[in-house]
Amino acid sequence: MTVATSLLPAPAQHGPWVAFTLRLIREKPLGAIGGALFVLFFFCGLFADVISPYGMNETNLLERLQAPSFSHWFGTDHLGRDVLSRVLVGAQLSMLVGFLAAGLATLVSIVLGVASGYFGGKVDMLIQRFVDAWMIFPDLLLLIAVISVVGAGIPQIVIVLGLLYGIAGSRIVRGSVIGVKENMHTHAARSMGARTMHILIRHILPNIMPVVIVLFTTRVGATILTEAGLSFLGLGIPPPAPTWGGMLSGTGRTYMYLGPWLALAPGLCLTIVVYAINVYGDALRDLLDPRMRGSR
Amino acid sequence: MQAYVIRRLLALIPTLIFASLIVFVSMRLIPGDVIDMMLAQNDISTAQDRDAIEAALGLNKPVFMQYFDWIYGVVQGDLGHSLWRNTPVTEQLAESMPITFELGFLALIVALTVALPIGVYSAIRQDTTGDYVTRSFSLLMLAIPGFWLGTLVMVFPSVWWRWSPEIEYVGFFEDPVRNLTHMIVPAILLGLAMSAVTMRMTRTMMLEVMRQDYIRTARAKGLSERMLVVRHGLRNSLIPVVTLIGLQAPLLIGGAVIFEQIFVVPGMGLLLLEAVSQRDYPVISGVFLVVGFGVLLINLLVDLSYGWLDPKVRHQ
Repeated sequence: MTVATSLLPAPAQHGPWVAFTLRLIREKPLGAIGGALFVLFFFCGLFADVISPYGMNETNLLERLQAPSFSHWFGTDHLGRDVLSRVLVGAQLSMLVGFLAAGLATLVSIVLGVASGYFGGKVDMLIQRFVDAWMIFPDLLLLIAVISVVGAGIPQIVIVLGLLYGIAGSRIVRGSVIGVKENMHTHAARSMGARTMHILIRHILPNIMPVVIVLFTTRVGATILTEAGLSFLGLGIPPPAPTWGGMLSGTGRTYMYLGPWLALAPGLCLTIVVYAINVYGDALRDLLDPRMRGSR
Repeated sequence: MQAYVIRRLLALIPTLIFASLIVFVSMRLIPGDVIDMMLAQNDISTAQDRDAIEAALGLNKPVFMQYFDWIYGVVQGDLGHSLWRNTPVTEQLAESMPITFELGFLALIVALTVALPIGVYSAIRQDTTGDYVTRSFSLLMLAIPGFWLGTLVMVFPSVWWRWSPEIEYVGFFEDPVRNLTHMIVPAILLGLAMSAVTMRMTRTMMLEVMRQDYIRTARAKGLSERMLVVRHGLRNSLIPVVTLIGLQAPLLIGGAVIFEQIFVVPGMGLLLLEAVSQRDYPVISGVFLVVGFGVLLINLLVDLSYGWLDPKVRHQ
């Protein structure tokens, strides 16, 4: 008897996060790969200063426009700067902007969505008509216009991107708040005389968390992509900061005909990161919130 | 149907008011130093010029009066004058708007011809290799940034085959063939980017519809598979797909900005970028108004098309 029990696998000791990750790997392998790729890029960005072989703005005119080789994996640009090092620092900038902007966007979505969904009535009507009006303007156009007024720079871009996606995303939060509002436990809390703030924090917020997590994940990808587009148009983080979008535009563009590898690395990194986070976000959505499946 | 149209039109009013406020407020965010910069750029710095520019922007009146003045002009079709060229904004918009419209329209055709057949195919062959390939392709198209694809199309054919896409714009009515050879590359790229989401939506909806009882009934009474898919399946899947096209209209115009820049198409995107670099605020707000109005109109048409697609809406 004692032998039999010792042969059984030990009961799970790990917390909910590990359990969830294991479930992700088992049920959504592609999503897990996406998540792993994203984490890889995240750490590349985090330790870019340590792992990049050269300085991001270290010029060496003797080695300009060299094709990829062992000493320069991704080649060098027209000023002899190492493309790999620049791409790594670019990952850092992208991750920084992506996480901060997506975080702010999620916060704005929660505040607007909860206010609109929970209070309903005139508040809801007013907020929703505003969101309607907001959403008729293309993201990129609003960004271009606002950045042209407030100037380019990381803080401005994070705030504008955060507001932009936050207002649009509030619709999704609102939808799920309306669903949760009618749950029995919310009614029970209200009839027991709980304060509104208490209900919102203890009863509404925890129940919309799956939606919020998925929203945040997809927003990281979206903001990284939009920032790159903005840098490509010359309105993002100003040079010589090596943003992925910026590396594909400006003076670098004229030299691509002599060194086509210049066009590859930044775009490829951008595509892989956004693909990875989209696949991961899809998998998260399927696991956390099956109702959202197929939307988007 | 008539009541439905009227209801839809009335619902537009609050949206229009908010939209005009968004355009107005964002333009009024212009800090004073931008005017200084405009003066510095032009090598003029007398107080008189400063007053003239403030007057041109209408900044010397109370804010709410500025708003009503502006709205009054807009309603009469007067969007003000460009600060640099001294031509009416409406004139510049009249030149560039049809070009962006053409690009968007071509892109939409590309998107639909790619997305609908593949979406349907993916759904009726669910979980086959073909389904996986097309789904991966659409996910990939969602991730590839348009400006990178545009850059690749410009650079690599030129390096490999000494061929590069046309970048000289010719009006459609001057020389339709040359116009289309210029527009087709950006239109295909923009359309492909747009097709990804539409493809996913078509597939999801087809999967849902093809499980319905009436499909089984139709199959049981011996309808050919082709009729089944096209008449009963696709038709009933179209409403969300059409809605999605309406929702994507802003994306289409936003994407057009990027491709207009890469392929030098003198549409509204290029006009906007030029205006932004010169801080020509009347032009910027003009572009915004036209784009916002265009998107509203597209969404109105989308809503009205429900009546055509779905008899339930028509008879309400």
